[in-house]
Amino acid sequence: MAIWLNKDSKVIVQGMTGATGMKHTKLMLGDGTNVVGGVNPRKAGQSVDFDGTEVPVFGTVKEAIEKTGADVSVIFVPEKFTKDAVVEAIDAEIPLAVVITEGIAVHDTASFWAYAGKKGNKTRIIGPNCPGIITPGQSNVGIIPGDITKPGRIGLVSKSGTLTYQMMYELRDIGFSTAVGIGGDPIIGTTHIDALAAFQDDPDTDLIVMIGEIGGDAEERAAAFIKDNVTKPVVGYVAGFTAPEGKTMGHAGAIVSGSSGTAQAKKEALEAAGVKVGKTPTETAKLAREILAG
Amino acid sequence: MDLFEYQARDLFAKHDVPVLAGEVIDTPEAAREITERLGGKSVVKAQVKVGGRGKAGGVKLAATPDEAVARATDILGMDIKGHTVHKVMIAETAPEIVEEYYVSFLLDRANRTFLSIASVEGGMEIEEVAATRPEAVAKTPIDAIDGVTPEKAREIVEAAKFPAEVADKVADVLVKLWDTFIKEDALLVEVNPLAKVASGEVIALDGKVSLDDNAEFRHPDFEELHDKAAANPLEAAAKEKNLNYVKLDGEVGIIGNGAGLVMSTLDVVAYAGEKHGNVKPANFLDIGGGASAQVMANGLEIILGDPDVRSVFVNVFGGITACDEVANGIVQALKLLEDRGEKVEKPLVVRLDGNNAELGRKILTDANHPLVQRVDTMDGAADKAAELAHAAAK
Repeated sequence: MAIWLNKDSKVIVQGMTGATGMKHTKLMLGDGTNVVGGVNPRKAGQSVDFDGTEVPVFGTVKEAIEKTGADVSVIFVPEKFTKDAVVEAIDAEIPLAVVITEGIAVHDTASFWAYAGKKGNKTRIIGPNCPGIITPGQSNVGIIPGDITKPGRIGLVSKSGTLTYQMMYELRDIGFSTAVGIGGDPIIGTTHIDALAAFQDDPDTDLIVMIGEIGGDAEERAAAFIKDNVTKPVVGYVAGFTAPEGKTMGHAGAIVSGSSGTAQAKKEALEAAGVKVGKTPTETAKLAREILAG
Repeated sequence: MDLFEYQARDLFAKHDVPVLAGEVIDTPEAAREITERLGGKSVVKAQVKVGGRGKAGGVKLAATPDEAVARATDILGMDIKGHTVHKVMIAETAPEIVEEYYVSFLLDRANRTFLSIASVEGGMEIEEVAATRPEAVAKTPIDAIDGVTPEKAREIVEAAKFPAEVADKVADVLVKLWDTFIKEDALLVEVNPLAKVASGEVIALDGKVSLDDNAEFRHPDFEELHDKAAANPLEAAAKEKNLNYVKLDGEVGIIGNGAGLVMSTLDVVAYAGEKHGNVKPANFLDIGGGASAQVMANGLEIILGDPDVRSVFVNVFGGITACDEVANGIVQALKLLEDRGEKVEKPLVVRLDGNNAELGRKILTDANHPLVQRVDTMDGAADKAAELAHAAAK
């Protein structure tokens, strides 16, 4: 089962013929992802050879869907053109668009998010500025290394890419149903709450690990959601306890202003909802182990 | 990027938001000529990116050109809440103010859209008003595609209960302010106070603007708006090399990949420091995804150049980043500095996991540098780095 991505997912790559797109398409194919096409209007009709796998290039997302039945698009196009690429994916009504590109202007993200709403939210958007989504052993869409861990029964949702990898590594012997990196930008498509709801309904997930970081109030809202809707055990980790106020720490969203958005406030909100929160990634992994061991 | 008041004023003027005349200077003498041009009197306003400058004595009236020079002399160099005043704006004196309002547009993260905030009770106490009487502050969601049309502006004006005699004028300001917000890729545009003056006009007397650094690709003029004077020299050097670096006040230099992992590293080091003389992280440095040996070497050079640093913790989980590149970067950076005749005496603790970790670890083992030690868990390495920093501080 897993969430949102499985072995039957047919994936197209917007920006496949660029350097980053080429590199990661090769890696995704290597992890068993069913990549059925790329999109680039200037190279439509051509195909690209990835170690013996011929992947056709289509002019538009719409054409790629018509010819291949694709249901997932992963977007690697440069930040200047990302908004147009996402709008094209929305117009083609692809069920899932995973936006890897980082450094997108917030007005662009706000704009494509509003556009998705006007079109009836037929496309689930993950990202931008995220590592993607992996269902180990089935499909890998984005840039998460496919060899960290194996299939298992933990669901993971995280704002941060490298903390996703770290946590998958810590719990690699248990394995994951699906791990999804939602990105740390001020505006993102899929939220912690969306992932929590999906994992709660996923029969292949026994425990959920949720990783947050300073800034915004997404973790606090997730805590409220967990309290009312999630019966599976949830383990949490929040990065940025020692971050000073008013400084941006890399992720555009990871900035603390005033008392709201601090790691301490997030930890307290999660604990009040019954979530065990670790002080470090390693301690968080230990908490997950203890729960699974009963 | 937060702007100074004078930069905000200039952007408002560019988009036809009504403002008073004003020019920025960094030497007192220049105040004379500007004040003469403004009709012989002016307001001297400290340019600092912190609130409460009026109460701190950073805004003064000058009744003559000589007095403007004297006030500029007083204010330039003044310290306001830890911010040194390097520039003052010499502004036209405001006509008699009848009422003070507040209007802003900003990003609404929770609702993934934009928000308008408006109140007829603007001025210095707006935060107090918002906290104690939220009903006096109207919040109106703005659709990112539809934007602020004259109809939407009218809706905001009605929600905030602006008096009928200024309603049209405020609505007009709102449309122009939204224009500023959209066309300049702002995260915040705020006017406080938006003043109604005796003539009945409304004027933006003071404002704040914060711009989205990610939008710089379509705004080449953003470059000039950066406050180079205020940047810490290490932060400036890091920016030159496109490194994502923030100076902090501890002793353990930190290098990692990915904002989340580096933030987590800061926390883990601070916890470890509790057992080792309370040493803390000296910086945030994210070398990003897929960093080359050269990027790693650049980062290490910045960290080793920080006199506060007593030990360095390199914490990398290789996703796209290959650990052998990181290891090569460490070895190269140390060699580069030693070749240059600089004495490197700060110990490095390195933890590598993930992509090509075995290869990276082997490179470090083979290099056998006396200052470099490998610890293969994040918590263990943080503890070692804290211990070394504490030992070096003694």
